Amino acid sequence: MGKSRARWFCLVGFAALMLATTLPAVAVQPDEVLSDSKLEARARALSRELRCMVCQNQSIDDSDAPLARDLRLLVRERLKAGDTDTAIIDFLVARYGQFVLLRPRFEWGTALLWLTPLLVLCIGIAAAGMAWRSRRNAVASAPESVAPLTQVEEKQLAEIVAGQDRRS
Amino acid sequence: MIAEIGHFALVLALALAIVQSIAPLVGARRNDAALMGIAGITAPAQAGFVALSFAALTACYVTSDFSVANVFENSHSTMPLVYKITSVWGNHEGSMLLWVFILSFFGALVAFFARNLPPSFKATVLAVQAWVAVAFYLFILMTSSPFARLAEAPFEGRDLNPILQDFGLAVHPPMLYLGYVGFSISFSFAVAALIEGRINAAWARFVRPWTLVAWMCLTLGIAMGSYWAYYELGWGGWWFWDPVENASLMPWLVGTALLHSAVVMEKREALKIWTVLLAILTFSLSLVGTFLVRSGVLTSVHTFASDPSRGVFILCILIVFIGGALALFAWRAPLLRQGGLFAPVSREGALVLNNLFIVTACATVFVGTLYPLALEAVTGEKISVGAPFFNLTFGPLFIPLLLIVPFGPLLAWKRADLAGVSQRLGGAFVVALLGIGATLALNGQPVLPALGVGLAMFVMAGAVTDIVERTSLLRAPLGTVMQRARGLPRSSWGTALAHFGLGVSLLGIIGETQWGAERIVTLKPAEKVSIRNYDFIFDGSVNRTGANYRETVAKFTVRHNREVIGVVEPSKRTFPSRGSSTTEAALMTRGFSQLYVSLGDQNADGSLAVRIYHKPMVLLIWLGAVVMVLGGGLSLSDRRLRVGAPRSAKSHAKSSASMQPAE
Repeated sequence: MGKSRARWFCLVGFAALMLATTLPAVAVQPDEVLSDSKLEARARALSRELRCMVCQNQSIDDSDAPLARDLRLLVRERLKAGDTDTAIIDFLVARYGQFVLLRPRFEWGTALLWLTPLLVLCIGIAAAGMAWRSRRNAVASAPESVAPLTQVEEKQLAEIVAGQDRRS
Repeated sequence: MIAEIGHFALVLALALAIVQSIAPLVGARRNDAALMGIAGITAPAQAGFVALSFAALTACYVTSDFSVANVFENSHSTMPLVYKITSVWGNHEGSMLLWVFILSFFGALVAFFARNLPPSFKATVLAVQAWVAVAFYLFILMTSSPFARLAEAPFEGRDLNPILQDFGLAVHPPMLYLGYVGFSISFSFAVAALIEGRINAAWARFVRPWTLVAWMCLTLGIAMGSYWAYYELGWGGWWFWDPVENASLMPWLVGTALLHSAVVMEKREALKIWTVLLAILTFSLSLVGTFLVRSGVLTSVHTFASDPSRGVFILCILIVFIGGALALFAWRAPLLRQGGLFAPVSREGALVLNNLFIVTACATVFVGTLYPLALEAVTGEKISVGAPFFNLTFGPLFIPLLLIVPFGPLLAWKRADLAGVSQRLGGAFVVALLGIGATLALNGQPVLPALGVGLAMFVMAGAVTDIVERTSLLRAPLGTVMQRARGLPRSSWGTALAHFGLGVSLLGIIGETQWGAERIVTLKPAEKVSIRNYDFIFDGSVNRTGANYRETVAKFTVRHNREVIGVVEPSKRTFPSRGSSTTEAALMTRGFSQLYVSLGDQNADGSLAVRIYHKPMVLLIWLGAVVMVLGGGLSLSDRRLRVGAPRSAKSHAKSSASMQPAE
């Protein structure tokens, strides 16, 4: 049973780890809130852009980890000292690296990430366009192309179409 | 003994699945009816054995048999019965058993309903279905058996993770899995079509109800998970762009695209190759979702088990099935004959545009979710991709999509008159402008949220316009209108309802994100806090004991414009068996809006940290999803009559001339 015992310990250890990270989140504490509502709003907006680095995919605004609280206090201190938003972000990136940003900067390493929507959309439009043209050409050059309608048929068709338009 | 029966039943199911994955294919090659017919027997038998296995595990949980390791790790004798049952799938092993249970159940349903399909095609479909089943039975038996015993049975279990002890979360995984696994049927049909080398409108007619069922379950599952996160995690967010949420969003997006392209295929025999590709991609993304969640490669709140051997196994399944299917696609797709032509401005064209935007949105989510992993593997650089990125990229892709939604159903097949349709949408434009004007008058600047409200109004009014136009509501006498309304296929009502639901959800999202209010304060008993004309008076807190937890409940009297409207009781629960706690937020519903109270820490002087939110129109987010599912249900009730009963070309042509086109 040695193996299953070992696996069991792994699971227990993991469960303990999970608990440490899934404790109820209360995030921003009352004592952190700045009295200046404009500064506080800026602090909140900044907090949502910054990652709590010890958490899993949580911003420091959502997280109740001590590190997140420290970062929130730090952001507020810098704001009170009169720093601009970009200055604060630059400061944090210099300290913790790009990892702290939930919205990565546009750089060589992230170019593909940012351009994905545009690229996929363009490729999709191009592919659809090409498929449509080749399909049209294939049908146009097909031998069993139908004879053009006679004048009487055209008139009948117009009547039917008009009738349908009224119905639908 | 019961656990061993469960294990043995699963092994038998595997044996049957192996037979089913080979024999019918050989039969189809040799045109041997007996061999092909085997699948019709093994599929239900497999479902029976997996059901037995699942029942065995449930029995272990209900009787709190802690000699079974899985029960010991995830259950507790004092847990209420309903959570004992739901903890069966509240863990990795059990949830995989649920996965194959649903898979085998769907396999049996296909065997039952596919009687009208050509025998060789049916045999191939069921064989493909069995390939998937074999892979997952092996996965469970080799890496994650829920029936493993402990040498010495403990007296008490370790309890289920408290945040999972909740009804919403109890129903969330089964719904999600019904969706994920339901798409396996579209996948099997697509692969079978590629193997057989032919595909037609009857294919689409058969696949669509299954896709629709899977899509409805997935929609409900996602909505339920979102609502659960909203009230259980305690900070009032409802979508976090968490990797695991993204894992369920991706199949939903591509599944939605598939639903729409299958319409084109069914009505016009066009977009065949594309539809087959989408069917493969949808289930592939379901597998990717399972991989992301189960392997723990992207650790997040949802990963309740991780183990590298499992990750590698699922990765192999992923590579074999996705790679194999795509290779088959590249090889065989050119054989499929293409159908009807259409002009760019037509209903087909609108549906292509719909697919284009949805697939782009899905690609964005996919790349955003996996990019940090890939970048770290390649360059070692660590970056984060979170909510701000997705909001910035995903949002703009959905705006044009939502703008074309009202146009789609009004455009004619083959070639449409855009100016005429715009004219018919005049009413919807007016409604949208009124929405924008009213929002600006009520809330003032900024303009962007008002435009969002306008867009939501446009989508909803567009759906109404669709029905009004189809029934000639404003032009014909009432009798004719009634007759037309009755004659309208249910799928048309379904489309309109689902599109309406989309607008409803959008309205909720805008309301919650743009006009929500929040207060974070420390309160002593008898103190009050106000938010948007609502006063919360803190009456004090009491301690209570539940079945397997203790809780501190804070009582607040709520007043609106000085009038008492009720009491809310948020609480913090402590679960001694795991030494952990949860926040139980209190919700008070006012129309479609909600007041949300959640507790923080208690201070030494008896004061309590409290977060109070006003969330305008927040319920519309999930209500919209429910409306979409109802629309899907209506559409499904229409198809059921025609499933698997392809009409002759003659009667088809006749009825399509006299009938409004569905969708």
